[in-house]
Amino acid sequence: MIGYIVKRLIVVIPLLLVMALFTFIFMQKTAGSFYDSLRMDPLISQQTIDYYENLYHLDRPLSVQFLHWVANLFRLEFGYSFYYNIPVIHVIKGRLWNTFILSLASLILTWSVALPLGVWAALRRNRLIDRLIQLLSYIGLSTPSFLLAILLMYGASQTGWLPLGGMRSAHYEELSILGQWWDLLKHMAIPAVCLSVYSIGSLQRLMRGNMLETLRQQYLLTARAKGLPENRVIYVHALRNAVNPLITILGYSFSSLLSGAALLEIIYGWPGLGNLMLTAVRSKDVYLVMASFMMSGILFLIGNLLADILLAKCDPRIRYE
Amino acid sequence: MNNTPKTTNKQPGLWGYLRRNRLAWTGVVILGLLYFCAVCADFVSPYSYLDENRDYSFCPPTPIRLVDSDGRWQRPFVYGMTMGFDRDYRRVYEIDASRKYPLRFLVKAEPYKIMGLIPGSRRLFGVEEPGRLYLWGADSRGRDLFSRILYGGRVSLFIGLIGVAISFTIGLIIGGIAGYFGGKTDEILMRMCEMFMMVPGFYLLLALRAVVPPEFNSVQVFVSIVVILAFIGWAGLARIIRGMCLSLREREYVMAAKAMGVSDFQIILRHILPHTLSYSIVAIMLSIPSYIIMESALSFLGLGIQDPFASWGNLLSEAMGIVQIKFAPWILLPGLFIFLSVMSFNVIGDTLRDYLDPRLKAENRNM
Repeated sequence: MIGYIVKRLIVVIPLLLVMALFTFIFMQKTAGSFYDSLRMDPLISQQTIDYYENLYHLDRPLSVQFLHWVANLFRLEFGYSFYYNIPVIHVIKGRLWNTFILSLASLILTWSVALPLGVWAALRRNRLIDRLIQLLSYIGLSTPSFLLAILLMYGASQTGWLPLGGMRSAHYEELSILGQWWDLLKHMAIPAVCLSVYSIGSLQRLMRGNMLETLRQQYLLTARAKGLPENRVIYVHALRNAVNPLITILGYSFSSLLSGAALLEIIYGWPGLGNLMLTAVRSKDVYLVMASFMMSGILFLIGNLLADILLAKCDPRIRYE
Repeated sequence: MNNTPKTTNKQPGLWGYLRRNRLAWTGVVILGLLYFCAVCADFVSPYSYLDENRDYSFCPPTPIRLVDSDGRWQRPFVYGMTMGFDRDYRRVYEIDASRKYPLRFLVKAEPYKIMGLIPGSRRLFGVEEPGRLYLWGADSRGRDLFSRILYGGRVSLFIGLIGVAISFTIGLIIGGIAGYFGGKTDEILMRMCEMFMMVPGFYLLLALRAVVPPEFNSVQVFVSIVVILAFIGWAGLARIIRGMCLSLREREYVMAAKAMGVSDFQIILRHILPHTLSYSIVAIMLSIPSYIIMESALSFLGLGIQDPFASWGNLLSEAMGIVQIKFAPWILLPGLFIFLSVMSFNVIGDTLRDYLDPRLKAENRNM
């Protein structure tokens, strides 16, 4: 098991580098560069641009630029952001944290609502409550998050209950610790709910499906036949097996979570990684884009690895050689 | 998929099954109608998607009337609208009962070609020129929202079908091979998957969208968005299929097939992949909508289909200015269409799953 984890982590490094290389080529080979737009600005002299291009080695051949960047990686430097003129890592750090808490809030909301709902629906199959849960899931699955965000923001603008965007109120610094948390939660409410509605619907359905499938298995018949109490049959024997396939999805959901978060960040003005990425891609801030990609890649891999380990722990039939 | 209906000699065919399920049938009808209207948008809609009249910016819907202001019954007609400003200098439109425009059918219009094939020069209905027919209101440039929604359906509805066809074929094959063979093959294929999955789809979408040259025309942008979406979509599916195959290949019937000398490819195709079917069907039906939503999201942000052309997402982008919703609530209508089509796909997908999963069916009969 430990060998497997170490192997995975080692394999990841070249993978990340290949990804960075692709990003680099993509960013460099497409029309325009960051300094092209500055060149049009009569207020910025050619010397300034030359100075920066020299500073960031932009006057060297592309291969040298890339190798230079890779060499710096080993010193944990991810290059400089052209726009902010500070190391990329400083730009990303705060943004990454913002995205992380938004995603975490959504993840907790999703799993804590979807799993119980799915199990409940499966146990009350075809009854009224099951139908109701399925109907709500359909509606949740079919409402695009950005549409929901617009509707909720419109509601918020009419009632004034929730802030309309951003992450902090203007008077955030003056609030007490508790007040700051409350402020953050209020700002988080709309994007986190919009982010979770789809995944609650789909996870609930998968959970219900798996649970129903597990309930038909013969080992449950055996468990009942040998006289186990019904609660134990369902919550220990059935539930554990029904959750297994979802664990793979947990690892996968990290990346879709970041994706969904990116969209909502842009709409809601949440200062996260996705929001940063959009501006970076648009302004061709090459190293910022590469580093954002790598960060999201690392996040995804950690999630995936955790899911793999969790799956192996839960299901002894799955072996990793 | 072709070896599944064999067990169903007593059951009605797929079509009959869909037909008997009221909810699913509603979905089929809605989708059928939407696809028909989208394909024949040139004929069904009263205006072209380009037809703008800036005097009617955010003009409210003009209902088709049968009774005029004096209470007399007439042929269907619409009243003219006059624009004015209220005290806050907002545009307000008032019905001008002195101008009546009868609704005409099969009116002559600019010649068009339905999907570039069938030529025509008449539209199903419309009103004469100084009058404007806004069934569902107008957008900021005074273009008819009803027409633009129909035209937008072409992009929004077809992007899902094409995208899922590409990504699903790749995902199923690669997932099956990786899960079944395991070892080195699995390792290499999964690393490949991870390359695609490591970056969240939306980030990849943003980056790849930046690669598409700005001088591309609308068709080229459409195609490149489909390709980008499919490119992102297959890896997730492959990984899940592979996860299922990992445990499926340990089952006795796979051992039996192996012992009988069935070739690996046959085992994957006939004995392993069919077991992932009930999941895959749900996955297909869940992913067509996600393509529709992804395209809408991209266009909503102004990164997908660009303005003179319509897609449901880019129509909805007018609602981005939250305040506008209060004065022109009809700009949310494209969202309703995204919702309806996605909902229909979900409902049909579920019904399909019930049909294709014989074990579930057996249980249904007993109950």
